[in-house]
Amino acid sequence: MTDTTNKLETAAHPKGLRRVAIDPVSRVEGHGKVTLLLDENDHIHQVRLHIVEFRGFEKFIQGRPYWEAPVIVQRLCGICPVSHHIAASKAMDMIVGATLTPTAEKVRRLMHYGQILQSHALHFFHLCSPDLLFGFDSDVAKRNIVGIAAAYPEIAKHGVLLRKFGQEVIRVTAGKRIHGTGSIPGGVNKNVSIEERDYLLKDVEQMIAWSKGAVDIVKNLFEQNLDLYNNFGTFKAHTLHMVRADGAMDLYHGGLRARSMNGEPLFDHYDYSHYWDVIFEDVKSWSYMKFPFLRSLGPAEGWYRVGPLTRVTQSDFIPTPLAEQARKEFIAFNGGSATGATLGTHWARMIEMLHSAEVIRDLLNDPDLQGIDLVNIGERHERGVGVIEAPRGTLIHHYKVDEHDQIVRCNLIVSTTHNNQAMNEAIRQVARQYLDGKKLTEGLLNHIEVAIRAFDPCLSCATHALGKMPLEVELLNAEGGKVDVLARSLDGTFSTEV
Amino acid sequence: MAAPILVMAVGNESRGDDALAPLLIRQLQTEAPEQVEFIEDYQLQVEHVTDLHGRRAVLFVDADVSCDAPFQLSMITAAHDNSYTSHAMSPFALLHAYRQFYDTNAPPCYLLRIRGYGFELGESLSADAERNLELATTYLPTLLADITRSRE
Repeated sequence: MTDTTNKLETAAHPKGLRRVAIDPVSRVEGHGKVTLLLDENDHIHQVRLHIVEFRGFEKFIQGRPYWEAPVIVQRLCGICPVSHHIAASKAMDMIVGATLTPTAEKVRRLMHYGQILQSHALHFFHLCSPDLLFGFDSDVAKRNIVGIAAAYPEIAKHGVLLRKFGQEVIRVTAGKRIHGTGSIPGGVNKNVSIEERDYLLKDVEQMIAWSKGAVDIVKNLFEQNLDLYNNFGTFKAHTLHMVRADGAMDLYHGGLRARSMNGEPLFDHYDYSHYWDVIFEDVKSWSYMKFPFLRSLGPAEGWYRVGPLTRVTQSDFIPTPLAEQARKEFIAFNGGSATGATLGTHWARMIEMLHSAEVIRDLLNDPDLQGIDLVNIGERHERGVGVIEAPRGTLIHHYKVDEHDQIVRCNLIVSTTHNNQAMNEAIRQVARQYLDGKKLTEGLLNHIEVAIRAFDPCLSCATHALGKMPLEVELLNAEGGKVDVLARSLDGTFSTEV
Repeated sequence: MAAPILVMAVGNESRGDDALAPLLIRQLQTEAPEQVEFIEDYQLQVEHVTDLHGRRAVLFVDADVSCDAPFQLSMITAAHDNSYTSHAMSPFALLHAYRQFYDTNAPPCYLLRIRGYGFELGESLSADAERNLELATTYLPTLLADITRSRE
């Protein structure tokens, strides 16, 4: 493992170096680009992940009435609209001075864990399993979900049906598939009927079994490729996540916990309604995305990692039996080596998927879901902060509302932004390990993408207009002249041009 | 029992011309015949194969940055393209996934692409896209009637 370092962020002498751009990064939501600066011997001097996104989010929301926020923010992202829906609702709970009724909180929790389950299923079964099951530099024509479906048809089908189940949980709790209105300031606008409960209950045990199977798949991959999985892109990082009052994993509500890369507590059970006292955001000239850091450590040393790996390793326990058993095995595996591994994120993500399936079952068996006390409103406030643990990590929504009920200020810190520096560190580590001094090939460049995909970054944008999404890698000289091009077309084929 | 004809509109109404497909079906679905079901989503993903199942025909509607204005209709078949590896799949890839999931071909599918121009968050529909939407709105009822008749 390397220590915290910004080495390779900026080349000492960039003149005369070749620039390689991986643009856009594939199997990642939105538009990301990686640039490498190489010398004549293919030694790497600079590695940066550029993300063009999230500009305008806050402006998009300003001027809207506060009660619209939980619905309108779903349009920020086509991948995790439910996470924004719930985080905004929690912030608006503070605005309206609400303490949620048991029914309201449990319906929201059900919605949230449905979102976690379907998001994790998509990522594992359809976005990263091709790399994991076939190898990072395997035949690129096979390294996709088509190849998975051919070689592992049952795994591919489980992925589809887990996704579908999660989406159905969301539909039942949010009222519809998209533009859900289920969560509102102060509560929810519907409960879960007996019929809806039974519809979901009939499949939930199967979902738990398939999720457990997915945990076993990742564990087996680690056992079979110990060196690769332990060392690939591995680095030490501080951590941040939300935790329940008793230290348990809780993806819906709790206090903030931060620990140093050596496991020492930095703060614990911190009231997130004043998150700005412990987290600040830095900017860098070469990236549109901000770089959050822990105030106490400063911008250079205070970056951290959020998401499944952090939550599974830093929570004291997971409050469902199968996931807790899986967590213990993960922590104990090979002396704990997987807990700091970038690819350990996949294992942790599947443990969370299993946990989500168990939570969904437990909630469905809770009669509070059929309660009729849905909304609670108290004294009005002008500021509201909502925090959840979204599929990719901690998600912060912060609003200020004026006396005319209009949102006048908004700040969002999304999971991928928290992980900005951590993703950069992972790809720099991979560049050191696999690319330095070697002739670049598609397989080697895919190693960079594998490291990024481990974080499942959501680089924004529900824009998906047909006709986009090529991958093009350009090798340029210091003057910007094109030396070489490697391109991937929409049909997945590669071509080169000199 | 699924309606025999499915119209699957894909897009995000808060991202400029990406709103074309949702706006089109919202204008028409209240007056649509009973045998037509409308579904709207931000993006296509693997689980949508289950929405296609049991239909006589499916019409995908989407904004497109590269088709001719005002819109283009085509019949589509399964194809293995690179969108499998994305959070958002193409209709072609979805049909391919359908074949793998159900071990049979998807029902006959059509794709209506409406020409869009700008897709930034918070933008409204562009003037050119609005014109294309108007023309597509006039065209869609006839198209649905033709598809329904041909698949009876």
